[in-house]
Amino acid sequence: MTTPEINDVAQAEQGTSLWRDAWLRLRRNRLAVLGLTVLLLFIFIAAVTPWIAPYDYAQQDLELGAAPPSAAHWLGTDIFGRDLLTQIMFGGRISLAVGFIATAVALLIGVTWGAIAGYMGGRVDAVMMRLVDIIYALPFMIFIVLLMVVFGRNMLLLFLAIGAVEWLTMARIMRSQVQSLRQQEFVEAAISLGLPTAAIIRRHLIPNALGPIIVYTTLTIPSVMLLEAFLSFLGLGVQPPETSWGLLISYGAESMEEYPWLLVFPGLALTLTLFSLNFLGDGLRDALDVRGAKD
Amino acid sequence: MWRFIGSRLLQAIPVLLVVITVTFFLIRVAPGGPFDSEKAVVPEVKAALEAQYRLNLTLFQQYTAYLGDLSHGDLGPSFKYPGRSVNELIAAGFPVTAELALYALLVALVIGVIAGVLASLKPNTAQDYIPMSVAMIGICMPSLLLGPILILVFGVYLDWLPVSGWGDSPGDKVLPAITLGAAYAAYIARLSRAGMLEVMSQDYIRTARAKGLPEWQVVSRHALRGGMIPVVAFLGPAFAGLLSGSFVVETIFQIPGLGRFYVQAAFNRDYTMILGSTVFLATLIVVFNLLSDILAAWMNPRLRNQLRAQ
Repeated sequence: MTTPEINDVAQAEQGTSLWRDAWLRLRRNRLAVLGLTVLLLFIFIAAVTPWIAPYDYAQQDLELGAAPPSAAHWLGTDIFGRDLLTQIMFGGRISLAVGFIATAVALLIGVTWGAIAGYMGGRVDAVMMRLVDIIYALPFMIFIVLLMVVFGRNMLLLFLAIGAVEWLTMARIMRSQVQSLRQQEFVEAAISLGLPTAAIIRRHLIPNALGPIIVYTTLTIPSVMLLEAFLSFLGLGVQPPETSWGLLISYGAESMEEYPWLLVFPGLALTLTLFSLNFLGDGLRDALDVRGAKD
Repeated sequence: MWRFIGSRLLQAIPVLLVVITVTFFLIRVAPGGPFDSEKAVVPEVKAALEAQYRLNLTLFQQYTAYLGDLSHGDLGPSFKYPGRSVNELIAAGFPVTAELALYALLVALVIGVIAGVLASLKPNTAQDYIPMSVAMIGICMPSLLLGPILILVFGVYLDWLPVSGWGDSPGDKVLPAITLGAAYAAYIARLSRAGMLEVMSQDYIRTARAKGLPEWQVVSRHALRGGMIPVVAFLGPAFAGLLSGSFVVETIFQIPGLGRFYVQAAFNRDYTMILGSTVFLATLIVVFNLLSDILAAWMNPRLRNQLRAQ
């Protein structure tokens, strides 16, 4: 993938065949395809939930109370008589949004940081990566709890806090990629042609380092979603009236002896999503032939 | 070797300073003071309270005073539990959390290493696929779900084990340890499988086989030592994860450990308690990362000789 090419057209052609190759390899991996399918389905449902949800999100039926799954309520109802399927669908919107947006924050910071450090080299690199080492040694989870306590429990901060601790590995991967790419002739050619540094990073380095980044991104989303569930379970993450899978699981755990379905179905939704993402990530790693991204 | 340990120790100091400083100032910029809830406090009482907790000093004076106390291990008084120091609260909660984390680590190591080594001995057979699929489930099943499910199955339906408490009735430590350790068992299984596969293809293993050692001795005496290096290097981060994972597990099983204190302190805005436990936990985590790095370096003969030569 890193064969030196000066000609843009030739590079574009080569790029296409690489991605097509990877796609063919991915398609042969049944678990990865299953993961991708489930994931796309969940994302689609999350996107159209406001229109297809069987009940109104806040609609209560106190007389009904907690009822097991039935024809009217496929996954049953909670203690306020709210439809569980509707709750899970709306909760999924938040859980998936946290997973994807916080990962995007991590991606943005990590890729930029790693690309600059790797490209500049020398003292800049040493200082930047030393900082990453220091943050690495910090107790993440404790820090996120701390941030949520200090700044109140709002959603935007949740995205930022999780993104802000997940970017470190991304920065390391990007840096090592850029360091090896930098030595190659097509980058030297771009430098001698007088292309500005930002353009070199954007046009030549990032596209060529895309494989490992995609793989690692896919594997970061599930760990971010776990973090969100963890925080919401403790009451420090998503707050009512909003809901998320982590919050639904924590409610379900409170009343699981009488109403086990309140625990089982949200748990199933979260576990299925995490499975799909992990299978897809493993499949992508094999398809793009990325080694040592995460094991 | 000593130089390696020394340089790692030196690197740990700035990390700890960053933790202390960031935590201290983060908490001070937090909206709402610890005594805001008492509405009509007599000004004199408020002044006395503030003096007691040094809130009347400038921020920088508070910071240096805190660092001064910290240098001889004093974490200050608790805001919410009058008359009790943060040291006492940590001393009450930490032994419980440490015990829980230790059991969980044992569960993770025993199950993880056995599963990973078995899988690596016959790659791409049922002996590989079955433990690795279980490991995948372990990774995807968060403790906040596994804990309640274990309670439901073994505590409620089967009624084999107690569902909460710590040391009150026999067997009540089993489910928390499994809940906390499961995900780490899964990671360790994957790490030891990968580590063993890498080692088993190396020349010195072929040499060991060539001189006629039985296969179990090749594995136990030669391969394990090299194959376990990634696992040992993972122990430091795993310990950090176990400590923060104990937040959830202690909440689920109602265990009076440091994790639960920390979450309660977070809700109560008990700032000194949050600050003190953060500093305490961060120090522990840094120390454990250090130990696991040193142990991993010592287990790797190439690195060890290199360090010795220096």
